Amino acid sequence: MTNMFQFWAGIFPKLFGGLIVSLELTALSLLIGLPLGLLLALGVSSRFKPLSWLSIALVEIGRGAPALVVLYVVYFGLPALHWSPTAFLCAVIGLTYTTAAYAGEYLRGGLRSVNAGTIEAGQALALTNADVLRFVIIPQGLRVAIPSLMGLAIQIFQATSLTYSITVSELTANAYSISNQTFRALETFALAGLMYAAITIPASWVTRQVERRMSLGQ
Amino acid sequence: MGGFAPIILAIPYTLMVTVGAFLIGFVIAIPLMFMRGSKFVPFRLVAQGFIDIARGIPPIVWLFFIYFGLPGIGVLLDPLEAAIIGLGIISAGYLAEIFRGGLVAVHKGQFEASHALGLGGWTMFTKVIAPQALRAMLPGLATYFIGLVKDSSIASVIGVTEMVFAASTYARRSPEGILLFFIAAIVYMALSIPMGLAARGMEARMRKAGAR
Repeated sequence: MTNMFQFWAGIFPKLFGGLIVSLELTALSLLIGLPLGLLLALGVSSRFKPLSWLSIALVEIGRGAPALVVLYVVYFGLPALHWSPTAFLCAVIGLTYTTAAYAGEYLRGGLRSVNAGTIEAGQALALTNADVLRFVIIPQGLRVAIPSLMGLAIQIFQATSLTYSITVSELTANAYSISNQTFRALETFALAGLMYAAITIPASWVTRQVERRMSLGQ
Repeated sequence: MGGFAPIILAIPYTLMVTVGAFLIGFVIAIPLMFMRGSKFVPFRLVAQGFIDIARGIPPIVWLFFIYFGLPGIGVLLDPLEAAIIGLGIISAGYLAEIFRGGLVAVHKGQFEASHALGLGGWTMFTKVIAPQALRAMLPGLATYFIGLVKDSSIASVIGVTEMVFAASTYARRSPEGILLFFIAAIVYMALSIPMGLAARGMEARMRKAGAR
């Protein structure tokens, strides 16, 4: 047992470095993906049909294709278009698209849940359509979507582990290389798993609390 | 065009991983659900711990732990077995929560009525509660199954020769290999869109049935 803890102490710094990369990937994907998701949600509900169809296609493809496939397509596909970004950038692009597609679906649900009466009230107050959208629909719709967006953030954090397969040095990739060097895969992946769980489990408790509180408010 | 063959040949592996993991998850989730709702606190804690750990660790880490880690304590599995067991553990965690949601959806009066009729625990569960709970959780089960079809792609990292494994093998060899990923993506969507429509249909039908 002491042997295992000593081993863990030895490999922790490298795994922790990987965890930071995983968190950076998560933060960047959410930071870019959530606003894009809002644009997709607005696009889906647009009255201009071609825009609506394009948005629906982008959302359905992003949710229908596994995140791993999206990552591979970016990683192997961009060089074919004569642009070879770093693996990290490929990972951000791939995960951002997946984030935007799911966020688009959740936000569309949120926007649709906004009571028609409040929209009419906005129009009765002579707000322009843009102002109704900005001050009435988006704030209320966003609120409804918060628990699912928090769940999505946890899913995206877990999905960063997939970027191991396109050679990003995040937590899983670092664990893999340590286990290759030390031949102690059991202890290495156990610690890596615990490090993921140390973030996802508390985060899902918080999500559940927010969900409960918001359902009480209604 | 002959290049599509590897993807088509790999589809059975995608389905084997998905169905295998779903069945294992289903079987483990039943006792988990009962333990999770038990009045005996240690049962409840163990079940909750299992569910949280199963869902809180990324699938790829579970697969590495099982495929590369377990041989260290003498458990040797081939890639397909390891993938089915790993994704099965994760499925058990998610399915246990879906089952519980279905159980909670059954009206309390149904339990009381069963007691009043003098039904035993087992009869009450199989004849009264389970059929209603199952109906309430069908949409959740369908949604989870669709997600699992996509997650089965992760089995490629330990060498299960499913669709993504076939595509990435070719993509590493030739630039045209990227096309195989598009084919794979189309197959995933061809599998999941009809299932999604069926789930939506079930949901709508049940809402109607519930309204009656």
